Amino acid sequence: MSKSLKLLACTVALTAATPLMAEKTGLGRPALPEEVAAWDVAVLPDGTGLPEGSGDVFTGDEVFAEKCASCHGDFAEGIDNWPVLAGGQNSLTNRRPVKTVGSYWPYLSTVWDYIHRSMPFGAAQTVTADEAYAITAFILYSNGLVEDDFVLSKENFTEVRLPNEGGFRPDDRAEAEYPLFTGEPCMADCAGDLKITKRAVDLNVTPEDPDGKPAGTLPPLTLAAAGDVAAPAEEAAAEVAPAEEAVATETAAADPALVEAGEKVFKKCKACHKVGDGAKNATGPMLNGIVGKAAGAVDGFKYSKPMQAAAEGGLVWSHEALAEFLANPKGYMKGTKMSFAGLKKAEEIDAVIAYLGTFGG
Amino acid sequence: MAETEKKGPNRRAVLGAGLATGALAAGMGRAQEADPLITEVQDWASSFGDPVDAAPYGTPIRFESHVVRRNVEWLTESPVSSINFTPIHALEGTITPQGCAFERHHSGAIELSKADYRLMISGLVETPMVFTYEDLMRFPRTVTTAFCECAANGGMEWGGAQLEGCQFTQGMIHNMEYTGVPLRLLLEEAGVKPEGKWVYVEGADASSNGRSMPLEKALDDVLVAFFANGEALRKEHGYPVRLVVPGFEGNMWVKWLRRIGVYDQAVESREETSKYTDLMADGSARKWTWVMDAKSVITSPSPQAPIRHGKGPLVITGLAWSGHGKIDRVDVSLDGGKNWQTARLSGDVKPKALTRFHLDIDWDGSELLLQSRAMDETGYVQPTKDQLREIRGLNNVYHNNSIQTWWVRADGEVENVEIA
Repeated sequence: MSKSLKLLACTVALTAATPLMAEKTGLGRPALPEEVAAWDVAVLPDGTGLPEGSGDVFTGDEVFAEKCASCHGDFAEGIDNWPVLAGGQNSLTNRRPVKTVGSYWPYLSTVWDYIHRSMPFGAAQTVTADEAYAITAFILYSNGLVEDDFVLSKENFTEVRLPNEGGFRPDDRAEAEYPLFTGEPCMADCAGDLKITKRAVDLNVTPEDPDGKPAGTLPPLTLAAAGDVAAPAEEAAAEVAPAEEAVATETAAADPALVEAGEKVFKKCKACHKVGDGAKNATGPMLNGIVGKAAGAVDGFKYSKPMQAAAEGGLVWSHEALAEFLANPKGYMKGTKMSFAGLKKAEEIDAVIAYLGTFGG
Repeated sequence: MAETEKKGPNRRAVLGAGLATGALAAGMGRAQEADPLITEVQDWASSFGDPVDAAPYGTPIRFESHVVRRNVEWLTESPVSSINFTPIHALEGTITPQGCAFERHHSGAIELSKADYRLMISGLVETPMVFTYEDLMRFPRTVTTAFCECAANGGMEWGGAQLEGCQFTQGMIHNMEYTGVPLRLLLEEAGVKPEGKWVYVEGADASSNGRSMPLEKALDDVLVAFFANGEALRKEHGYPVRLVVPGFEGNMWVKWLRRIGVYDQAVESREETSKYTDLMADGSARKWTWVMDAKSVITSPSPQAPIRHGKGPLVITGLAWSGHGKIDRVDVSLDGGKNWQTARLSGDVKPKALTRFHLDIDWDGSELLLQSRAMDETGYVQPTKDQLREIRGLNNVYHNNSIQTWWVRADGEVENVEIA
C-alpha cells in the first residue's frame, strides 16, 4: 500500500471510529418482554421496579435466621467484619462510625433490591419477592424503625423513609476543594522543620516475605542473577508433622441434641469454615477431623505465624485446647488470622466441638 | 528446573556478581579480578535454549516470580469479595500487564464464554435490545488507554501510615489499552427517550454490581470493551466484556457487563449509597463522587524497592494520573516538601491514563523524605493528607489522593511514614 493510501485509510478509520451519525446499524435484536422482566429487576427510590408482594417482621426474623444470620448475626448486628445492618444511630461523627441501614443508608429501595438481587452471599437470586419484603421488614424492626407487627408491601413501601435520607449531597469537590488546591504551588522553602510522626512499621500489619521484609520486596540483583529467587514462604508451613494419634476424638460419645445445637452455633463459623463432604479451605481452613488433630496441619491453608509456631510446638486441638481457643481466639493466640470475637457461652463451645467431632478427617 | 539451578556456571555467576558488587561498593571503580561471567564461556552461550513453542503462551521468566498481585488478608472477610494490589513498585512504563493488574471482585471472578454472553439495553429506550458478543464485534471500534483506580486506593492510609509498600498503599490501580465499542453507539441503536437522563450498568456475576452515571458521561467516552493490551480481557478483568469509564472510580467499570438500563433518576444501588460514598467529619456524606482526582506516587525507591546500590546515580521513578484529563507536571521533593524540583514526564502523556515520571539524582547517601506532587491540566495540585483531612475529617474511606511520603534511610531501606 502506498503511503498516501495508508494515510487515507487511517483517516477513514478514524472517522468511522467516531461517527456522529445516529443512524442504526441494525445489529442486535429487540429484547422480549419476558427477557426484560428477567434481567431488569432494579428497584428505585420512588418504588419503580417493585413487584407485588408483602412480608412481616416475624416471617422476616425466621428467614433472616436461616439465610442471613451466619454473617450478619441474629439481630443484624454483624459477625466479625461482615456488615452490621442495625444500630449505629448517631455514630456518624464518631471516630468509628457504624454505617447501617438505620444509621446511614438513604433509601429502603436499596435494601430490598440488594437482598433480592445479590444476597445471600454465595446464593444470590434465591430470595423470593415475599421473602425480600419480610427480611426488609425485619431489618427495619432491628433498627427500631417499625413495630413488631409491621407488614411491608409494595403498597406501603414508599411510605417508609430511612432516617439518613437527607444525609447525602451530590459531589461538591468542585466548590469545596478544587479552588483550594489550584494554582502555582510553592517550590522552595515551603515548610519549616519536619519530623516523622507516624511509621507504618510501628503498626506491623503489612504482609511479609519469609525474611521479614514487606511482601514482594525486590530481591537483590546478585541473587536474581543466580536464579536463586526467594521461594514463596511454603517451607515453614509445610513441615508440620501430623500428630493425629495424640488425642482420641469424642465423636463416639456425642449427644445428638448437643450436635444439633452445635450445628446452629456453627452458623457463626461457616462463612469462613467448611465441613462435610468435599469441604475445602476458604477464608479459614476446612475443619473435617479438626477435633484431636494437630494444629496448623490442614493441607494447603496458609496459617498465621503464631499458629505455625504453635503447630511446631506440638499443639493438638484437644477438646480443652479448642474450647479455650474458641472462648477467646485472640487472647488464646495473639496474631491468629481468625477474626472471630469468640463464643461467650460454655454450652455453645461444647456444642460446636461436638458438632465438629462428627466430621472425620 | 531444579537441575538447571545446580549447574556449575550459575554458582560461579553468584560468586562473580558478588565480587563485582563488592568491589564497586568499596569504591574501587573496577574489579580486582576479571569477571568469570565474561571470561568464562557460560552454558547459555554454548548450548541450546528453549525451542519455539516451549511455552505457546508465555509467562514471565522465573526470576520475576516476585512480581505478582498480593492481597492483605485482614482487609476483607472473604477472598471472593475482596481486592488485591498491582505490584507497581516492580513495574515501569505505563501499561499494566493484565496478569498482575489488581483484581476486585464482589462475588468472585466468574467464567462466562463469548457464546453465552448477552448484553441487554432496557428502560427508557425506544427499543429494548439484546446484543450477542458477535453483534458487538460488528460495531465500529475505538482504542482508549485509561487508568482504572479503585476509589478506596490509599483508603487504609487515612488515619496514618499503615502499610509498607506502594503496592499496598497505591496499588489498587491499573492502566490498559482497551479496544471496544463506544457505549454511545449501543445507546443510539436502542434510541434513548428524551426523559432518559441516567444510565445504570450492571454485571452478570452474583453481586450484579450496578452503578448509575449521568447520560452525558455514557455518551462521552465510555467504552464497552472486549480487548485489553491487545488481547482478550482476562477472566478476572471481566471476560468477555467489561465497561471502561475513563477517569471515574473503578467500581463503575462493571465487569461481565450484562445490562444497561436507562432511567430518569439514579438507581441509588447499594454500591452508590451504602458504599462508595464519602462520610465527612460532620456526619453528612458526599455521593456521586465519581471522578478520581489527580494523584501521583514514587514507585521506586519505595519500601519494597529499597536502594541497594549505595550512593551515586539514582533513578527516582513514579506514576501520576488524573481523572480530569492530562497530567501537566510532577514535582519531586527530597526533603519532605520543603523544596521541590520538576521531574521529567517520560513517554506520551494521555488524558485519564497513567503517566510515567522520572527524576535522576546523584544521591549523597543521606536520608531522604521523598514525595511527589502531581498537577493536571485543570491546574489542580495534588494535596497533602492533612489538607484533605482538614476538609473531610478522618472517616473518609475513598478518594485519598494525597501526597505519599517515603523515608529513605542512609542504608537505602525505605519506610512509609507521615511527617509534620
